[in-house]
Amino acid sequence: MTAEVVVVGAGPAGLTAALEASAAGCAVTVLDAGAGPGGQYYRQPSISAGAPAPELLRRVDADRFITVVQHTTVYGAERLPAGGAVLRTLGPDDIAGRLVAPAVVLATGAFDRVLPFPGWTLPGVFTAGGAQALVKGQGVLPGARVAVAGTGPFLLPVAVELACAGARVVGVYESSSMTGWIRQTPAVARNPSKVVEAVHYGRVLARHRIPLHRRHAVIAADGGDAVDAITVSRLRPDWTPIPGTQRRIVVDAVCIGFGFVPSVELALTLGCEVRIDGYGSPAVSTTDHVRTSATGIFCAGEVSGVGGVVLAEAEGALAGMAAATAVGCPVSTGHRRSRSRERARAAHFAAALEAVHPVQPGWTSWLSEDTLACRCEEVPVRRIREAVRDGDARDLRSVKLHTRAGMGMCQGRMCGPAVAGLVRDGIGTPPKDADAYAHRPFVVPVPLSSLARGIPPEPGPPNQIADG
Amino acid sequence: MTDPRESFEITVDGRAVSVRRGQTIGAALLAAGIRTLRSTRFDGRPRGLFCGIGMCFDCLVVVNGAPPQRACVRTAAPDDDVTTHTAEDRS
Repeated sequence: MTAEVVVVGAGPAGLTAALEASAAGCAVTVLDAGAGPGGQYYRQPSISAGAPAPELLRRVDADRFITVVQHTTVYGAERLPAGGAVLRTLGPDDIAGRLVAPAVVLATGAFDRVLPFPGWTLPGVFTAGGAQALVKGQGVLPGARVAVAGTGPFLLPVAVELACAGARVVGVYESSSMTGWIRQTPAVARNPSKVVEAVHYGRVLARHRIPLHRRHAVIAADGGDAVDAITVSRLRPDWTPIPGTQRRIVVDAVCIGFGFVPSVELALTLGCEVRIDGYGSPAVSTTDHVRTSATGIFCAGEVSGVGGVVLAEAEGALAGMAAATAVGCPVSTGHRRSRSRERARAAHFAAALEAVHPVQPGWTSWLSEDTLACRCEEVPVRRIREAVRDGDARDLRSVKLHTRAGMGMCQGRMCGPAVAGLVRDGIGTPPKDADAYAHRPFVVPVPLSSLARGIPPEPGPPNQIADG
Repeated sequence: MTDPRESFEITVDGRAVSVRRGQTIGAALLAAGIRTLRSTRFDGRPRGLFCGIGMCFDCLVVVNGAPPQRACVRTAAPDDDVTTHTAEDRS
């Protein structure tokens, strides 16, 4: 069986794309780096609790034209002249592979945006997404007394999941005022399920007596070998701390999230154009919502703009249909139209999100000179500021060359937004190359041994071509 | 009594740690109260789990003598021998 459509990422967007492409008559291979399908949103417990999987996962599992390959990361890719791409993969045991895909749907999702603060590298500080992965996926609490902080509606389900799993959540610290939602009533009215969700979270937080502090942030974490306390502060609208409002709170874990950064690295390596979103991060540019600038390469979900699961699944459906059409399997116009309407409603909400929860520049005033901006290479804020001020580093790339920020194993994912904020402080405008750290020939670290060993000659998953 | 097929032990820095089948090494260590997984190259500062989804590479541990792996994505296997690499251990 020849796979005609390859989907990268088995989250909501990727799986929906796979179902639509299969329904149109294609054979579909889904490549996913995780241990099981679902991505972040539909993360399944690693230890089965007997609960049924979400419908999307059950439908994919039952579809005999969809093959989901887990533990497989696409680390590189090259476009094919006729459209589509050759995907380079790293599979279980770090064995290299190669897959020819006439049509590709990139559904690589996003990762938590983090901003440094003094003490943020201490064990016990987690991202909000990491805390959720631990609770939902592993059945383990990040701590017994936990603070949840950052900005954006994602903080609420994280706090709720922690509380329901038995953690004492001392508070949710939301940096924005959230009053921006009042101006977004049209978007909210078109997406009533979001109101229902918000009310539900509000109820659970109230039941567990978890205070939601708006205009507050965790501005420091303390401890010897791990976090044992945090400092929270009330903020001005620009996110600078208001003097005299700092309080020290005993915790053993902090979960931080300031929205999400699209994982655009694979799209960039395929030459897809990106735009800069309202948070200052790159997102894949699209026409017709799912076409990238590269022929035969489509995208869906957070990678083309952070907007949550409903938008991701609507885009996934459209991308699956577009990919199917590209390989000669037509799709009914009526079906496409109804998915388009869903997408439009959900996109309206996504735009509202961006308007209500932007990152404000004052966060850099939380930093001390010793705070590490780049975790991997241990680059303190001081060195970045010196490079901008004295070394004439005016963008992400020159900061990297001066200081090594962005050269570590995380490939600039953790420090990119921070370096951008520090450059902006220095030059007065955001850096022109906000996507600089995301341009990589290898989108994840790849062991040299995997490349040296080459691709095994015996046939692997469908469509895997042995190296000649 | 827990079904022995559902949990097993691994060794971490010479001591036994219980793991539930399907858990990652990172999760098992956290459940056992082990939060520091390594020390940094230059400053010798403690690091542990951070992003939890395999993006940050802070949670690197040595498993069965192999080059460091991300504890948050590496599923534990029975008899795994894990070393949380501290700066002092490096020769």
